[in-house]
Amino acid sequence: MCSLCGVIGGNEHWTDAVARPGVFTRNVERLDRRRERARRVSAANSVLSAFGMSLSDWQGSAFVLATRTGKSEMIEDLGHLWPAAERLSGRLCDPLDPQLILRMEEANHG
Amino acid sequence: MAEMPAFTPVHLLTGFLGSGKTTLLKRLLADPALADTAVLINEFGEIGLDHHLVERIDDTMVLLQSGCVCCTVRGELADALRELHSKRERGLVPPFTRVIIESTGLADPFPVLSTLKSDPVLRHHFRAGTVVTTVDAVNGLSQLDTYVESTRQAAIADRLVITKADLCEDKADLSRLLSRLTEFNPDAQRIMAGTDDPDADALFGDHAAQRATKLQSPSGFYCDTPTLRVTAEGVALHTAISSFVVTVDRPIDWTGFGIWLTMLLNRHGERVLRVKGILDLVGEDRPVAVHGVQHLVHPPVHLDAWPSGQRVSRLVFIVDGLDANLLKRSFNAFALAGNSDARPQPEAAAQIRNA
Repeated sequence: MCSLCGVIGGNEHWTDAVARPGVFTRNVERLDRRRERARRVSAANSVLSAFGMSLSDWQGSAFVLATRTGKSEMIEDLGHLWPAAERLSGRLCDPLDPQLILRMEEANHG
Repeated sequence: MAEMPAFTPVHLLTGFLGSGKTTLLKRLLADPALADTAVLINEFGEIGLDHHLVERIDDTMVLLQSGCVCCTVRGELADALRELHSKRERGLVPPFTRVIIESTGLADPFPVLSTLKSDPVLRHHFRAGTVVTTVDAVNGLSQLDTYVESTRQAAIADRLVITKADLCEDKADLSRLLSRLTEFNPDAQRIMAGTDDPDADALFGDHAAQRATKLQSPSGFYCDTPTLRVTAEGVALHTAISSFVVTVDRPIDWTGFGIWLTMLLNRHGERVLRVKGILDLVGEDRPVAVHGVQHLVHPPVHLDAWPSGQRVSRLVFIVDGLDANLLKRSFNAFALAGNSDARPQPEAAAQIRNA
């Protein structure tokens, strides 16, 4: 746990795997790590915008998920993103929702 | 004193009621190869009996008695493993190098794996090993049809042990069972149990302590194309457990894939019994393998080379009642999203071949 902010060190999520022999991760070099986080924020935002939410990096160590009305929640990794997004928006974030898929497909084409 | 591995593998022995788990375990434990094994037995019932049948009572044998591993006992399992670990550190028990958990016949194997991953102490000392599922050759087929637990156990397995094949008079039944198992777990190694085999090494041997090697199927190729169950009208069944492969011949965006898979597992985790695959990622020369069981995804692994020299991403899904085509479309829309920004092409959705 960080003694300053009280963030409890949690699970190692697979998208942030600690570098070990054989393990693929972009969590090693500082620059790679920052770049990957920035990409993650942008990729998540392309989905979250469908739910009126946005994600931003917080000090390179966590993310802040916020709705348009300002409700916000800190999350640690992608493992916590979707439960928090469903809680804040009050909607189900279902990647198999045909409308959401359509939206993503249109965004890719556009 | 045996060398203690940094991460002690925890193997799970599961299988439906009466499918021969305890018999198999009893025989295996007599094998000197498993001398340095701690055993946890979980039983559903008032009086634990299995540990008497196994006839090995020592400090490295723990009985989890208060219920089924999948529900009440998770805390107890974590406590038991921690206790074992602590005793080993203090030299109170022989230094075991692996743990085998025999689960009850009704258990969903997933929570055991998840306990290993989420417990703050355990995850630094133990790792998930092999999931071995016993399937009864005589009753297996009807159990698979009737009990979802049975199907889940078989779908999650790394190795399937077919027991009682000698009691099975109708060989057609046996081959039906085998083809049924191929349907929803095409990639598991299938072993016929006899009086002396499989030996411990075949089941729990961990030659390269890397998940990567386990991702190679017995046939050498990464994933055998599973057969899709179809109804009489030729429509793919998606109400039952099915498996399919998503093949993409363009590099995948790792970030988009991560967003997509976490989103999918958050919403449909219990229905994605298994996902494993080999990915051709943007910016990576070597393939990356991912491997997940329900809500739990193992750390992705860098493979040394492409299995067949062909740079194609393939993801195998074993799902319970999800629409395969919708899932493929969704994968396409999400996991290739970042990619299309970098290389705008009119046909942004990569071609997906239906297996």
